[in-house]
Formats: sequence, C-alpha cells, structure tokens
Amino acid sequence: MRAAAETLLSVRGVETYYGKIIALRGVDLEVSRGEIVTMIGANGAGKSTLMMTICGDPKPRNGQILYDGADITAMPTHEIMRLGIAQSPEGRRIFPRMTVMENLQMGASLVDPSYFEDDLKRVSELFPRLKERLHQRGGTLSGGEQQMLAIARALMGRPKLLLLDEPSLGLAPLIVKQIFETIRELNENEGLTVFLVEQNAFHALKLAHRGYVMVNGNITMSGTGAELLKREEVRAAYLEGGRH
Amino acid sequence: MASSTTRVKTSDEKPAGDQAEQASRGHAPRPAGPDGGSRFQNSLRDAAMAAFLVAVLGFFFIGLRTDIAPGGLDIKARWTAWIVSILVVFGGRLALNLFVFKAERPVTVGLGAQISAVGDALPGLGKWLVRALLAFALVLPFFFMTAFPGKERQYIDLAILIMTYIMLGWGLNIVVGLAGLLDLGYVAFYAVGAYSFALLAQYFDFGFWMALPLAGLLAAFWGIILGFPVLRLRGDYLAIVTLAFGEIIRIVLLNWYQFTNGPDGISGIPKPTLFGLEFSRGDDGFAAFFGLDYSPIHRFIYLYYIILVLALITNVVTIRLRKLPIGRAWEALREDEIACRSLGINTRNTKLTAFAIGAMFGGFAGSFFATRQGFISPESFTFIESAMILAIVVLGGLGSQIGVVVASVAMIGGIEMLRNLGFLSQIFGSGFDPVQYRMLIFGLAMVLIMVWKPRGLVSTREPTAVLKEKKLIDAEAVAQGEGH
Repeated sequence: MRAAAETLLSVRGVETYYGKIIALRGVDLEVSRGEIVTMIGANGAGKSTLMMTICGDPKPRNGQILYDGADITAMPTHEIMRLGIAQSPEGRRIFPRMTVMENLQMGASLVDPSYFEDDLKRVSELFPRLKERLHQRGGTLSGGEQQMLAIARALMGRPKLLLLDEPSLGLAPLIVKQIFETIRELNENEGLTVFLVEQNAFHALKLAHRGYVMVNGNITMSGTGAELLKREEVRAAYLEGGRH
Repeated sequence: MASSTTRVKTSDEKPAGDQAEQASRGHAPRPAGPDGGSRFQNSLRDAAMAAFLVAVLGFFFIGLRTDIAPGGLDIKARWTAWIVSILVVFGGRLALNLFVFKAERPVTVGLGAQISAVGDALPGLGKWLVRALLAFALVLPFFFMTAFPGKERQYIDLAILIMTYIMLGWGLNIVVGLAGLLDLGYVAFYAVGAYSFALLAQYFDFGFWMALPLAGLLAAFWGIILGFPVLRLRGDYLAIVTLAFGEIIRIVLLNWYQFTNGPDGISGIPKPTLFGLEFSRGDDGFAAFFGLDYSPIHRFIYLYYIILVLALITNVVTIRLRKLPIGRAWEALREDEIACRSLGINTRNTKLTAFAIGAMFGGFAGSFFATRQGFISPESFTFIESAMILAIVVLGGLGSQIGVVVASVAMIGGIEMLRNLGFLSQIFGSGFDPVQYRMLIFGLAMVLIMVWKPRGLVSTREPTAVLKEKKLIDAEAVAQGEGH
C-alpha cells in the first residue's frame, strides 16, 4: 500500500521566529509520496507554526522547504497552494455566511471549472452529510460537519499533499473516528499524501505510517506510528497523561 | 439607577435571532425589582433619577447661555427651556420604563419581531418588489409630470439625487459589503471622478461622454493607489487610513489653487448632450430637432435617465461579478482572509480589484455629479458624504443591493421630506426649522434600525450558487466572521 519512498515534502533546518521569539528551532522533516505522516506535540510546541511555515506565512528565518524538488521557502502562500498543496487550517476556518456549495467552490478556485461536478460528487460520497447540507450556510453546520467541510474544501483543489491541522479539535470521539477513517480511505484508495498535525496522539499515531514528536520547537523523536505508540516517553507524555 | 435598567435592556435585545425566539415562545414576566417595590414605583424612581441627571447636566448646557453684549459676554438664563427639557426626559423615561424596559410584555418585542418578519419576507417578496421598483424607476419622470404638474422639476431633481446615492451605495457595497473592507473615504473617488471631468472639460474641452470613461479609469487608478498601502490592514485600522485618504484628496483639491481653482471651485462644466444635441433653446437643440416645444424639464429627464442607466450598470455588473470567481473571492475574503490564502487566493489582487472596481463606479457617479451641478468645489466632498454613503450601505444591509435602494430612498428622500414640514413651525414657534434637526432624526433612525435590525434592513444573504432547488436556512443566528 505504500508507494516507493520518493520524497514529496522536505523541511530542512527550518527556524521560524515571531518577532524575537523563536518558535521552531531547526526542524527537519520528510514526507514521502503516498504517506500519512503525523506530528504530535503539546500545546505551544510549534506544530501549527510548522504547518503555517510550510504554507509560507510566516516565512522561516533560516532553513529550506522543498516540495516536489522545488524550493518553496520564499514563495508567497497563494503560489505554494497552486503547486498542489491544500490545507485544512487550524480552527477549520470555513466561510460561515457562505453556503456549503460556495465553500466548496472556493476550494476549487485553482482548478479547471470543468472538474467541479465530478469533484463535488466525489466529496459528497466521502462526506454524505455535506451533500444533505449543500445549500445550508457554513456557520449553521455542527462542529464535525464544519471539519468535514474544511477537509472537503481542501480536497476540491485536487491536492497532491493534504495538510491537516488538528482535525479532531473539539469533536466527539465518534466523529473523530469517522474523519480519520476517511483520511485513511483517501490515502489508500487515491494515494493522497497527508501531513497531519494532531494533539490526539493515540488516534493520529494509529493512523499514520510515520510520526514525529515536537517539543518546544524541536523534533525530539521520530519513527513509525506503531513504534512511537510503544515508546515509554510518548505514552507517558501524550497518552496516559492525556487519558485520565 | 439608570445603568441597571440599561444593562437588562441590551442583554436581551442584542441578537435578532434571540428576539424572534423570545417573541415566539411568549415573553416571560420580568421579576419585580430587588427591593420588592412595585413596577410603577421603580419606574417613577428611575425616571426621577434621569430627570435629575438632566437637571444637573442641562443647568449649564441648556439653562445658561452666553450672549454677546456690549463690552463682552453676557450670561442669559433660559429657565423655561431647562424645565421643559427636564419634564420631557422625565415623561419619556417614565413612558419607556412602563411600556418597554420594565413592562411585562414590552411593546418593542412584538414590534421588533414584526419588523424582522418584514425583512425576512423580503427575499421571497424581493423579486416582485425589485420588478415593481424597476418599472417605477423607468416611468418615474412621466409619472411625476402627470401626477404633480408644476412640481415635477423638484421631484425629478430629488429622484436624480436619490439615484446618485443609490449608485454610490452600490459602488461602495462592492468594497464594504462584498469584500468587507471598511472604507470611510469613498467620497475621495467621487471627488476624483467629478474633478477629472471638470478639469478635462476646462483644459481640453472634453464633453461628458468622452470624459466619463476616463473619470472612471482615473478613479479606479486612485483606488489602486489607496489599495496598495492598506493591503495589510483590516477593520478599524483600514477605516482610519481610508478616512485620512478621503480628507487628503479634499485638502489637495482645496489647496492646489493653480490647478483646481481651490475653494472657488470649477464652474461652467458642460451639460451632457444626446448624440451631440444640446438641451438648449436654440435651433440645433434637442427640442427643435424632435419638433417639441422647448422645456427645461427635458434636460432633467435626460439627466435622470443617465444616472438610472449608470446605476443599473453598476448593479448588473455587481450581480454578475458576485457569481464569478472574483466576486466569490471577495465574499470569502470578507469572511476569512487566512482561509482564503490557504485556498490559494491571491488576497492582494482580490483586494485591489475590489478597491478599483468600487472606486470606478464612484468615479462615474462623480462625473455625473459634476455635469448635473455644472459647478463643483471641494465643499461637496466632505467626510459627511462618505458617512452618508456608508450609512446607506450599512442600514440597507451589507452586501444587499435592494437594501441600498430602500436605505437611499428613506434617507435622502426622508431628509428632503423634512423641508416640507413647514407646519411644524406653527407648533414649535417660527424659529423652528425641521431641516436643522435632520441629523438628530437621522441618528435616531439609525439607532432604531440597529436595535431592531442589527444587520441592516435586508440581512439575508442570497447564495450565488445552487445545485437543484434553493433551500435557505435562516442565518440570523450565525455569528459573523466566526469560522467555528
């Protein structure tokens, strides 16, 4: 099921600052084509900053980000997105006063309009709930539906690499399971490469092929999902501790 | 005292959705005051407090007045005015307390729900309302000529004025309503359009129709000039910069005496022609050409149709743009800029096009204004104009095209109506001129609308894309700008 390990995204020694405060202290990371890679870590570890840095806002002060062999470090966000990276940002950020349909249209803005019908059908199959609510305003959806919409919107851009920032945030366990199941399907059936930032370490590591652990802007551990799940440090910091 | 009741009021009157809900499940009786006093006593005490406050504040503001007297200023006491204002506040506060603030069934609850119902019915009713209004707009000059002979000139002139504001409102709606960029300096583009035409006419003998596209282009160009430095700003910060921009343009026009003639303005701006036919008494005029008797009203009718067509073009372009990717991107930008960027939207270009296209229509309206007036000076382009246009857009409901029409008619027409209320001076004395109070009435109207329809008269947003049939879920309760 895993394609040959050809690197799609590689982050090399990236340091990102917010003013004088350092948020990422030289992060190295690789995502291969067809892989699900997850990044786990506590609040404020720098996971979302890394996600945003890959998308070009903020720009890293040092280091390099390569996507599909091209250097995207200095590119503006909208041009990075044109290369086939789609992001479901933290906090979902759907357009609340626009309908589900219009939200999806926004996701497809970079794609040839002739694909729209087919893509709409495809995401409706992935998320049947959205199909029922196509003409409802985004803001009237439940949290889980909004998350589905955020992912569906990202998929409308026909990405090669899907970046997901905490899709499980604030959702009921059952919905989280559904969403993660959909991500797995997308990866297995369509070979979509996924980079997932999560606090929900247990589910994320179970889903992912490989994982990284971030502490204070540094990557402290990496390995396959199963390996990391077994590691004492990970269990202590992110699993048992979080499941009281 | 007053503060406690005010707090109660605001907390349950804020969201319109809540209001409707409250009305539908019947209003629960309010508990009596903490001290157990009866409602009437509480109301009375509260009103007395308010009256006392007015007595204290009004002592200096109303009760005493300085007058110029020989050898300096003289203090004059106006005790009648002072006492009358105290009584008015006492009575008003008492009535509000009894019927609204402390009433078991406040009259405003039902009223608010009724007004909401009218507004919510608008989309359904909207199609017919729009058609009826359009049909009326098309025959309006002839309607006034037959219905009010002798007064038609005044009414058509008013219609031209209202239509100008409708066009400006629609133009600003692109920037504020769709793209969500709060622009307090929209009058700058109006001024650029007006001065472009006036100066082109003065220096190069341009006619209206030749200058019109150029004026639009120049205004769009200034829109981009303004757009660039404010790209990174949003909300309050953007509002301040655009406000300053509006003032800068006006002050430059005022002080660049050699070029713009400064405060003296530019006069003798040519009137528009119909394919070269002037609306004059001469043998080569419009009336002679068509074998009609000359009448000055012809020119007014012509001007009316020019602004009607210009406004309709603005409207059609906006409606079309909303359905295109660029228009959708504007609306998405209003909702969430970060999400837009993460979807690969070039937010810089999106904002600049919104500024440019909005400014362009402002420029068109400006050159129409110049040709209608025949004389322009920086006086016509003060901040109050920007505020008026913005008020039209906000009161009408951000992003709503028909809302702009309703708000323009109500506000511009309403202010003009005040001029006809001469009978009021018989009640309030000969010195009373209702026009003097128009800002007060204007403010009051705004407060009332914001209390009952906080998102504008027409607050439901019409979706631009539908798959099969429209299924609209009311979004009154949806928080604006909140993505989660």
